[in-house]
Amino acid sequence: MTEVADAVATRALEPAGRAGLPRVLPPVPVRDLRGHQERYGVPGLRGPELISEVERAGLTGRGGAAFPAGKKLRSVRERAGLRGAVVIANGVESEPASAKDASLLARAPHLVLDGIALAAEATAAREAYLCVRRQVQADALAGAIAERGGYDPVPVQLALVPERYVSSAESALVRYLNGGPALPGFTTPRPFERGVHGRPTLVSNVETLANLALVSRHGAGWFRSLGTASAPGSALVTVSGAARHPGVYEIAFGTPVRDMLALAGGGGEIGGVQAVLAGGYFGSWLAGGAALGTPAAPDTLRAAGASFGAGIFLVLPAAGCGLAETARVVRYLAGQSAGQCGPCFNGLPAIADALEQVAFGPGGGGRGAHGRTLRWLRDLFGFVEGRGACHLPDGVARLAASALRVFADDVRRHERGPCLAARGHPVFPVPTWAAGAATPLARAREVRG
Amino acid sequence: MSKQLRVNPLLCTAHGVCAGLLPELISLDPWGYPILASGPVPPGLESLARRTVTSCPALALLLESSPPARTVQPRGSGK
Repeated sequence: MTEVADAVATRALEPAGRAGLPRVLPPVPVRDLRGHQERYGVPGLRGPELISEVERAGLTGRGGAAFPAGKKLRSVRERAGLRGAVVIANGVESEPASAKDASLLARAPHLVLDGIALAAEATAAREAYLCVRRQVQADALAGAIAERGGYDPVPVQLALVPERYVSSAESALVRYLNGGPALPGFTTPRPFERGVHGRPTLVSNVETLANLALVSRHGAGWFRSLGTASAPGSALVTVSGAARHPGVYEIAFGTPVRDMLALAGGGGEIGGVQAVLAGGYFGSWLAGGAALGTPAAPDTLRAAGASFGAGIFLVLPAAGCGLAETARVVRYLAGQSAGQCGPCFNGLPAIADALEQVAFGPGGGGRGAHGRTLRWLRDLFGFVEGRGACHLPDGVARLAASALRVFADDVRRHERGPCLAARGHPVFPVPTWAAGAATPLARAREVRG
Repeated sequence: MSKQLRVNPLLCTAHGVCAGLLPELISLDPWGYPILASGPVPPGLESLARRTVTSCPALALLLESSPPARTVQPRGSGK
């Protein structure tokens, strides 16, 4: 996100309902250790007490899976034994529409480093890694790490991870740090049992670790004073697409999606918000209107058929075409397959083909052809789900299925050919370095029926 | 203890031998990769399942004691 967007983000946070915020994302960067200690103080609880406090706080992972952080810490600690454990701070953030981890690392690097140090101490770790994907991030963080000197129990090693959608998966990081490619592995045993250098490995998102550092200072009661009972605390969100002020914002869990979008100035176009892609490219569509009253938290969004994921929210304007946006995103994701698993590298391009046929196809094939494409799409979802080493195929099937559900009316209209919006400019960011960047219309072709 | 079939998708290269030997539990998708029946292997098929596992040219098919030891970690994206 741009500096401008960041400034807007912090200025808009004053109104009511914003009490107690921001927590992990300071309005101005706190880059040096002294400034950091003046703002946040020094950590309090450590070791086993900290693990128990994190369990009481109900802190969950902020990387997308929302797994209980205390349980994860404990399972690694229990297995550490004499050989010790490994801590990996995941700041790779390979979701193209996410900027929250980069913002956090830029604005509060020492809070993340505190979290790594505390997690390393609590799990009896011998090694600690901080994974990022850009050289500039690594350079800035190297300065922060050098400043800490002997402050940390184990020195933090920076790892620059190759930029690819699946490279931030837990098993991919473990493989990479073991000298292999940054690609998902077939995970038995799981990293928490045997990960980097054969040691039990804690893989934790950087925002989770920043929250850990705050729980150490202020305790579980303070942590639970924001958010909901099932999703306590605050969360960083990245709002983009057709938002007036796209950027990274910190919200209390449970803030209605509509209020969260209002922080970003709301939908910037006439007609307001048609739908929101909640959870990013690994997420699902949430319809506009009443559904925007859904509290932004993992459980409530899941119940509404969407997801919170890593806090990514993309706004589709009234004038946009949800099918066209989804088709472009799915084509990008298909190009991000590592090519390791047959059902993924065969199935994902087939899903992209069929979805492009629905979104951009010329129509005129009659009801039969359109219906056959849709049935083939649904068969394809079944052929890819749960059949990869990572969850990329599951995510693609979920995203495409949610588009067919939320934009059911558009699916019917597209039977007569693409709508005007589908012929227009894309709203959502799809990296240009991605494979499969050929224009959808050129690729749209008769799909097997 | 009951057994469960599992395929390592990184190793599988769609030879299709498994579906030929054990059609009761294994079918093929449109690209020739195996789709395994869910649930434990019925006791009557266990020896056949074991033979199918050893016949896989890619060593991608596994027969594991069920339930598999994956109780603690989530099946999320982990990003």
